[in-house]
Amino acid sequence: MADTCFLGQGCTTLVGLLLLPFGSLAASQIEDQAEQLFRSGHTNNWAVLVCTSRFWFNYRHVANTLSVYRSVKRLGIPDSHIVLMLADDMACNPRNPKPATVFSHKNMELNVYGDDVEVDYRSYEVTVENFLRVLTGRIPSSTPRSKHLLSDDRSNILIYMTGHGGNGFLKFQDSEEITNIELADAFEQMWQKRRYNELLFIIDTCQGASMYERFYSPNIMALASSQVGEDSLSHQPDPAIGVHLMDRYTFYVLEFLEEINPASQTNMNDLFQVCPKSLCVSTPGHRTDLFQRDPKNVLITDFFGSVRKVEITTETISLQPDSGIMESSYKKDLMDEELMEPLKYAEQLPVAQIIHQKPKLKDWHPPGGFILGLWALIIMVFFKTYGIKHMKFIF
Amino acid sequence: MAAAAPLSLLVLLLLGPGVWGQTDPPRDSLREELVITPLPSGDVAATFQFRTRWDSELQREEVSHYRLFPKALGQLISKYSLRELHLSLTQGFWRTRYWGTPFLQAPSGAELWAWFQDTVTDVDKSWKELSNVLSGIFCASLNFIDSTNTVTPSASFKPLGLANGTDHSFLRYAVLPREVVCTENLTPWKKLLPCSSKAGLSVLLKADRLFHTSYHSQAVHIRPVCRDARCASISWELRQTLSVVFDAFVTGQGKQDWSLFRMFSRTLTEPCPLASESQVYVDVTNYSQDNETLEVYPPPLTTYQDVVLGTRKTYAVYDLLDMAVINNSRSLNLQLKWKRPPGNGYIHYQPAQDRMQPHLLEMLIQLPASSVTKVSIQFERALLKWTEYTPDPNHGFYVSPSVLSALVPSEVAAQPVDWEESPLFNTLFPASGSSSHFVRLYTEPLLVSLPTPDFSMPYNVICLTCTVVAVCYGSFYNLLTRTFQIEEPSKGGLARRLANLIRRARGVPPL
Repeated sequence: MADTCFLGQGCTTLVGLLLLPFGSLAASQIEDQAEQLFRSGHTNNWAVLVCTSRFWFNYRHVANTLSVYRSVKRLGIPDSHIVLMLADDMACNPRNPKPATVFSHKNMELNVYGDDVEVDYRSYEVTVENFLRVLTGRIPSSTPRSKHLLSDDRSNILIYMTGHGGNGFLKFQDSEEITNIELADAFEQMWQKRRYNELLFIIDTCQGASMYERFYSPNIMALASSQVGEDSLSHQPDPAIGVHLMDRYTFYVLEFLEEINPASQTNMNDLFQVCPKSLCVSTPGHRTDLFQRDPKNVLITDFFGSVRKVEITTETISLQPDSGIMESSYKKDLMDEELMEPLKYAEQLPVAQIIHQKPKLKDWHPPGGFILGLWALIIMVFFKTYGIKHMKFIF
Repeated sequence: MAAAAPLSLLVLLLLGPGVWGQTDPPRDSLREELVITPLPSGDVAATFQFRTRWDSELQREEVSHYRLFPKALGQLISKYSLRELHLSLTQGFWRTRYWGTPFLQAPSGAELWAWFQDTVTDVDKSWKELSNVLSGIFCASLNFIDSTNTVTPSASFKPLGLANGTDHSFLRYAVLPREVVCTENLTPWKKLLPCSSKAGLSVLLKADRLFHTSYHSQAVHIRPVCRDARCASISWELRQTLSVVFDAFVTGQGKQDWSLFRMFSRTLTEPCPLASESQVYVDVTNYSQDNETLEVYPPPLTTYQDVVLGTRKTYAVYDLLDMAVINNSRSLNLQLKWKRPPGNGYIHYQPAQDRMQPHLLEMLIQLPASSVTKVSIQFERALLKWTEYTPDPNHGFYVSPSVLSALVPSEVAAQPVDWEESPLFNTLFPASGSSSHFVRLYTEPLLVSLPTPDFSMPYNVICLTCTVVAVCYGSFYNLLTRTFQIEEPSKGGLARRLANLIRRARGVPPL
């Protein structure tokens, strides 16, 4: 009896001992699942990068936007998912001493324009209306696909804006402004239409923090280069090009992003610390109260990088030049020959024919609208004055 | 019966692959060419041409297999029922006076013209949609093309391809002169090429060199052409051209030696594997011109002569598909060198330094016969310091006359006799030869009126200012600062005492 009891106790302890590792396994699984909840549930990434300033002395705004474009492309977002809007052309500007380049560091160290760039909205197309249409999706159907923001409810969108701004507005091309209220409403429209999962808004202008004060839609995180009442300053001029190349905030953001690779685990808290007052002179600000996750759980690559489905295969495919197509199509030609008469090219300048052609008369349309109404009025007045009995003189 | 149906289906399925095996996809071919033309002004023009020809009738067949012909453009042709499409994006202007006639000129900005098929009912709507789609493909603002900048030419812009009727209501033409061309337009243009920018001639298309030019023009031309000499059926031809003119001054400090590496910062390594022809032509028509010879290195294996733009031209041909061209070195770097025989042409110029030395320009020129040669120098008038003006500055300032020293061919040969003893002026210039004699001629001095200040003005200004100051300010000053005191008249002095003495002597009462 005592033996069985002892054995039973031993069994239970053994079973208990066996259950312990299982228990710890189960606990770590629960932890994993809990962590899963805190990760972002996005399936694709989009980026909308806007430079709103025109003219050569605003070179730095174009360089700002292009450096973010470069980082975003490098970390994996393809051109088809980037909407790049540049209000002026700096690279091929006649005042650029090195054409087809836009530099971000002085002494021309880094060309952010590169060799493979696709600008979707350029020059006069960058307007407040086009920007809001891109965000909300209310674009005329004839617009080409590269100019649409085709995001869905599982998209993480990065929106970067730079230019000249003030307390509550951002200037577009020196002729119009967008206010922070309009921007907040546009984001709310996007939320109502389920056009984003999470949104990161970065703005580098004077008094940038005023632009994110009015946001009220969920899942938006915002960063700005300066507080209300402060100016964002530019970084360094290049004597060969003659203008300031970058703004301070974006310069340090670019340096920070150059160290990120698609697999890095850096989180948003590091991005918030990027430019302290000693380097930036202005105080960068951020706003996370609308965001559901904790910024320390949000990876930089959630917004700057891209989710990619990659399947690795080790088989090799060798392409052979196919020479077999050479003679096969001649048989078809012989068949068609008897059916068609030979085609000919048009004469480029048939002088005799041109001299004798009559200018084509426009098709006759019956008069409509105003002319018809005018004639009806005249006839009505005539008959009212003279009476209907005079009709017999006409007919 | 019911069994026969599936049996027949099965038979059809078995025959299916066999039938499909016989109809191959329509064949297409790529020809790439580069023409390098040294221009009379010392610059160099390079024109790329990529021709993709596709033996398919897009209107009739349902096409789903695209090989060399880009799918984006093939779908455009079938969707909008295009007969022809011509789009060009240009920066700069072709200077015909300095560069000669161009192969194909394009207006500055963007130009788009298209012929639609007869089956299109609403041409304007198709035109608007076409320009929108093209603006997305080429990253240009072609969506600004609308009825305000579109015309329908009635006599020109006849179709460049096959045409069986030219009803101009199916033609539309628009130009956007404000359009800028930059790398973002070159990138999608390059992606339409079968070899992209990885192999063949398109390796040379690097944006940082192509936009550092005086003239840059890229174009896309799509048109139907005859498939063969019989011209019974059509093929579609996509022709992508790119013309650039490299500036001698900007890139080479005036030297005229050119090479592929200097122009494009790349050399050619291999032809495009998908191309049936890959050739580089160098224009050597002006092989020897004015005692200068153009040397092309490496020496060409073949030359090609043709009548181009009305004149006979000779080209040196380098065929990249020929193994002999790129066999010893792994890359082909064409070099053009202008070789002048020594001692033919001399220029010495010493610029002026203000108030220290004047300009000196010496040129040795060979004057062509029966011609007029003009030498001109531009100058600007400067403002001198006021002490440097002569007392009569409105007369002007003199510039010394130019000197022309020339060897003029003699009509009559001189006898080389003892010239020291000959009379008259023959002995001044030592005789250099019997066939020519030496002369020295002078031009008139030049009288230049420089901007002259009005020298009387300082005197006038001083007078006026002093008058104003004295009258106005002086009066105020006196009124404000002068005080008045009452003064007793003086009782006289010595004169009064003397006068009183004389009056007492006379017996008259004193003063």
